[in-house]
Amino acid sequence: MVEFAGWEMPVQYEGVRQEHLAVRSSAGLFDVSHMGEIEVRGPDALSFCQFITSNDAGRIKNNQAQYTLICNFSGGVVDDVILYKFSDDNLLFCVNASNSEKVYEWVLEQKGQFDVELLDRSLDFTQLALQGPLSENILSESIGSSLSGLKRFHFISATWNGTDLIVARTGYTGENGYEVFLPWDKGPDLWSRLFEAGGGQGLKPAGLGARDTLRLEMGYSLYGHEIGEDTNPLEAGLGRYVKLDAGDFIGRQAITESLARGLANKLVGFCMTDRGIPRQGYGIFKNTEFLGRVTSGTFSPSLEKPIGMGYLKGVENGSGAWDVGDIIEIEIRNTFRGAQVVALPFYKKG
Amino acid sequence: MVQIPGELKYTNDHEWVKEEGDLLVIGISDYAQDSLGEIVYIELPSEGDEITKGDPFGAVESTKAVSDLYAPFSGDVMEVNEVLLDSPETINEDPYGEAWMIKVKPYDPGELADLMESASYTEYVEKEMEE
Repeated sequence: MVEFAGWEMPVQYEGVRQEHLAVRSSAGLFDVSHMGEIEVRGPDALSFCQFITSNDAGRIKNNQAQYTLICNFSGGVVDDVILYKFSDDNLLFCVNASNSEKVYEWVLEQKGQFDVELLDRSLDFTQLALQGPLSENILSESIGSSLSGLKRFHFISATWNGTDLIVARTGYTGENGYEVFLPWDKGPDLWSRLFEAGGGQGLKPAGLGARDTLRLEMGYSLYGHEIGEDTNPLEAGLGRYVKLDAGDFIGRQAITESLARGLANKLVGFCMTDRGIPRQGYGIFKNTEFLGRVTSGTFSPSLEKPIGMGYLKGVENGSGAWDVGDIIEIEIRNTFRGAQVVALPFYKKG
Repeated sequence: MVQIPGELKYTNDHEWVKEEGDLLVIGISDYAQDSLGEIVYIELPSEGDEITKGDPFGAVESTKAVSDLYAPFSGDVMEVNEVLLDSPETINEDPYGEAWMIKVKPYDPGELADLMESASYTEYVEKEMEE
């Protein structure tokens, strides 16, 4: 167990590798109750969400969810979040645990003239993430509701054992999966129920370690690694979640200006051609010229090789834009080791 | 409970040292492999390299962490267990046997006296586990 953003969290149960592979081949269950929830209510709820997020909140329907960014006025990232829409006047942000207090303060500050009520619901919910190819079977059997009609990034309300659930088809692993919100004191009951149904199908409990290796194989950003208050979402490759033409939002002007000036960095994925595992903070070089730093790195359990992500300075490699196949060097323990830029995600099914 | 064989000597950094003729064999303890978790990578010096007391001579990485290996004494590397490079998980499976790391000819065998006997190392580990 480790302390993480004030929560006691398991890094692993059986071992990161086994848990990771269980999610890829059958299913894994993560207790992600540490994630924060902020509810927005009131007549201006949707327009407020549109104003404080970079994606187009106006485009999602009721019972739909959206990955989006809350930006600051410099265009940096306050947090990356999932926005759940119940109706035009009731939406919910699921935010990173390490940021939940900061985000709540931030949204309160931005409230201004908007007719909304902002509620920090972080301690009200247990959140369980059931991820993996067998997750639909296990979850529908456990709660007695069919999930076959539930599309990705959509959610339904369900009742199980007298308990209200929000079941969302979302996740952070690259596998089909579900995130279930329920009253905080009912978490252990559902956890046990899922293992009753899934234990015989290879379901394993999974910790923070596997959550990190799974997301990294998919090239997903993690707050504090690839993104932060000082990172430009476009440089982080998150352009598809930044809709500059869908009305004004905080950070829009700064991001638009950065685009006009030309982006200064580019986040890439790379694999090692020499031995070594890249880790956050290691320097990235090209012919000994410093280019930037590794933001995340690990030994990929699925690919059985070291993988990493990091920022490269400038969009050019000398002869054109940085591209897949370019050779770079990572400084590991005072020696330069070869690496090659690769396409994301690192892990592709099948 | 972690294994701490009586015939070995130990360092503060959780390496073990075994005398083998005029060579000293180095590995990491059961406690070290257990704390690191699944070991996925190891870096070792090459035969003929020199190691210097207190300096890193390699590194072990698990899915959770990176840990440097510190030389418990100075000497010349005479033999390297290259099997570990391809099968670092051996360190989890058999830390005191198959997973020996390097055999070193020490410049000053007297430096061995600075290391802990198994009884002191057991106390050292117990203290660390309490923290």
